[in-house]
Amino acid sequence: MENKDNSFGQLIDTSKDLDNKITSNIIKSAIQNFNQKIQLVYEKPNRSKIFVNNESLVEVALFLRNTYGLDHVESMSGTDFPAENEIEINYHLGSYINQDLHPYILNLATRVDRENAKSNSLINIFPSVEYFERETYEMLGVYFVGHPRNEPFLLPEDWADLPPLRKDFKLKGR
Amino acid sequence: MSTLDDKINEINRLAIQITKDNDDDRLMNLSIGPQHPGSGHFRIVIKVDGDYIVYADPDIGYVHRGEEKMSEHRNFIQNIPHLERPVIHDSTNIIYSYSLAIEELIGINPPRRGQFVRAIAAELDRLVYTTYWLAIYGIFLGHSTMFMWPTGDRELIIDLLERMTGHRVTHAFSVPGGVRNDIPYNFKEKCLTQINYFEKRLKEYEDIFYNNPLLRQRTEGVGIMNKEDAIKLGVTGSVLRASGVPYDIRKVEPYDVYDEIDFKVQYMKSCDTFARAYVPYLDMKESCHIIRQLLDKMPDEGSVREKIVGNVKAQPGETYRRVESGRGALGYYIISDGSTKPYRLKISTGSFRNILALPFLLVGSKLGDMPAIYWALNYWPIEADR
Amino acid sequence: MLKDLVNPTNVNIYVSKLSDVLIKAVEEPLGYAINWGRIYSLWPVHLETGCCSVEFGAASSPRYDVERFGMLEAFGSLRQCDLIVVLGTVTRKMAPRLRMVYDQMPEPKYVIAMGACAITGGLYLDSYNVLPGADSVVPVDVYVPGCPPRPETLIQGCFLLQEKIKRSKIK
Ligand code: SF4
Repeated sequence: MENKDNSFGQLIDTSKDLDNKITSNIIKSAIQNFNQKIQLVYEKPNRSKIFVNNESLVEVALFLRNTYGLDHVESMSGTDFPAENEIEINYHLGSYINQDLHPYILNLATRVDRENAKSNSLINIFPSVEYFERETYEMLGVYFVGHPRNEPFLLPEDWADLPPLRKDFKLKGR
Repeated sequence: MSTLDDKINEINRLAIQITKDNDDDRLMNLSIGPQHPGSGHFRIVIKVDGDYIVYADPDIGYVHRGEEKMSEHRNFIQNIPHLERPVIHDSTNIIYSYSLAIEELIGINPPRRGQFVRAIAAELDRLVYTTYWLAIYGIFLGHSTMFMWPTGDRELIIDLLERMTGHRVTHAFSVPGGVRNDIPYNFKEKCLTQINYFEKRLKEYEDIFYNNPLLRQRTEGVGIMNKEDAIKLGVTGSVLRASGVPYDIRKVEPYDVYDEIDFKVQYMKSCDTFARAYVPYLDMKESCHIIRQLLDKMPDEGSVREKIVGNVKAQPGETYRRVESGRGALGYYIISDGSTKPYRLKISTGSFRNILALPFLLVGSKLGDMPAIYWALNYWPIEADR
Repeated sequence: MLKDLVNPTNVNIYVSKLSDVLIKAVEEPLGYAINWGRIYSLWPVHLETGCCSVEFGAASSPRYDVERFGMLEAFGSLRQCDLIVVLGTVTRKMAPRLRMVYDQMPEPKYVIAMGACAITGGLYLDSYNVLPGADSVVPVDVYVPGCPPRPETLIQGCFLLQEKIKRSKIK
């Protein structure tokens, strides 16, 4: 899959010297292990973003957790890109176990099709993702395979409109 | 990784089963809230077997106001007032990380004095938030003195903030590029007197509340969440630190001037409800300490704000910035497409992450322990709903 | 002369007139007494709907202490309450619950709408999940403006409500 992120993140060369060796090591080894399946989108001090195919999302997450101790999800969100007909899902992974990685946040991004939005749930790898995935389900309409409860959470029980964070959901007067 | 995962599976299995059929005679269904003294904007469905809770399912979203969608239709400055509303009594902190994120996207740096003033406001707001939290905790446990004292002392700090920013709780003080205005004349002395008085009061709180045998009985050894579980559930802030993980964003990823400040990360290893109730108190003490240092190190002269135009354009890109708020890590994930408005804005709040721990703490404990466990999670419903 | 006046039809009129006079004589002091009792024991429901609840909490703090003006602390049961303070935003999920709470309260009952959100939707006017004001759900007696209103404003709203109760007729 070619990188569609050009307009939303500056691509930075990995070969450039970075202040944080460990973080670049994580990305290097991840890319080595899953060649072609992972793309580096950007790397800034303490923050980086990698893009994976939706099929390999679970194995990459498992690898990151087991090898580097990225053990919890700080935040998770979805973004609608109607122009590309895709929805991007971002998991912001952080670590409590690994002292060196305390300030570091890895943005694990994947994209799903907009019409048939379905992604694999990471709930078995990160239990902390449970409510975030439920929220993403109702706000963007992404169905999480493997998540036990794809139900309304924040919205009213009888919500029958489009998922509100999709770009074609219009606010009144805007 | 057995017990926690088992518990998760069990809870989810029950959730599915309960929505399917609802006629188990042995168990009793209770729906607590949203009208309930203390519960606030929050409902929880629990099943009790005798006195023990076997199933708990928080039902949040009573104050879901769609902040994330609204912010896509306002420009970066216009977003400030409504983004601070989720926690109006901790408003500087929730705007702090927003300001940091926007500063990164626009590419400006606030002047040094502005950074100090912002940090002082943030610490004062942390005190305001935590005293309110403590007051409500007193109500939850039927300790009305603990409602009266903190709410009374809180007003003194609110007075300080009002002098500084112009409003009691919703300050909109921190803006991208610094703070809105300079501190008033004579603020330093006033602040120091107030903080000295407040520290004295904190000692009295400890005597009347935390050393109270009734409180100890109700909280000690109740609702244990050990270190591994806390890490797995990804809780944050005081809840995490009460489980023995010394993780504070001010320390691990210092923003603005926090790397020049000398303070300890307060944490406890007892992992129970008492620890969760006590760590915010220790944080308050530390905050007083921090404010003193900030006042001391603040440069006397200089501007406090890097002016930006109202309709400022951000560079295309994305950022994730976080601060330590009263309830834990508070992060903003902002994607910008180069226009004057954010393309997508996501708020990751401490309350939303901490409430995940509630079912795991409640299942297996007694119904009477519920209020103590629930409010010790340092949870503010509106912030979780956004 | 007297005989003319006292005939069966007229007696009926006189009796009803007499009762009118009696009611007039008694109603006013009685109503005054009952209203006097009501205005100094306003007991609000503890139903938080938005972030104004922080200032509501501050209003019962020692500095403002609404209790001295006759508005009690909000920790009673729903069935004893006669006042509901809508504390801010009414969302779509909360609206049915707000109505349910209102319907369960005994008569007489009063509603204060606190905060810009409860009056018009306030800051969240264009949000998809917020109702434009609480008066589409419950009848509102007093509006307290502000975002959030200061505790003093809430106290003034409380005075206005007391004024309103004082002038209202008992049923
Ligand atoms: S009026 Fe302001 S403070 Fe009150 S609920 Fe609305 S936004 Fe919150």
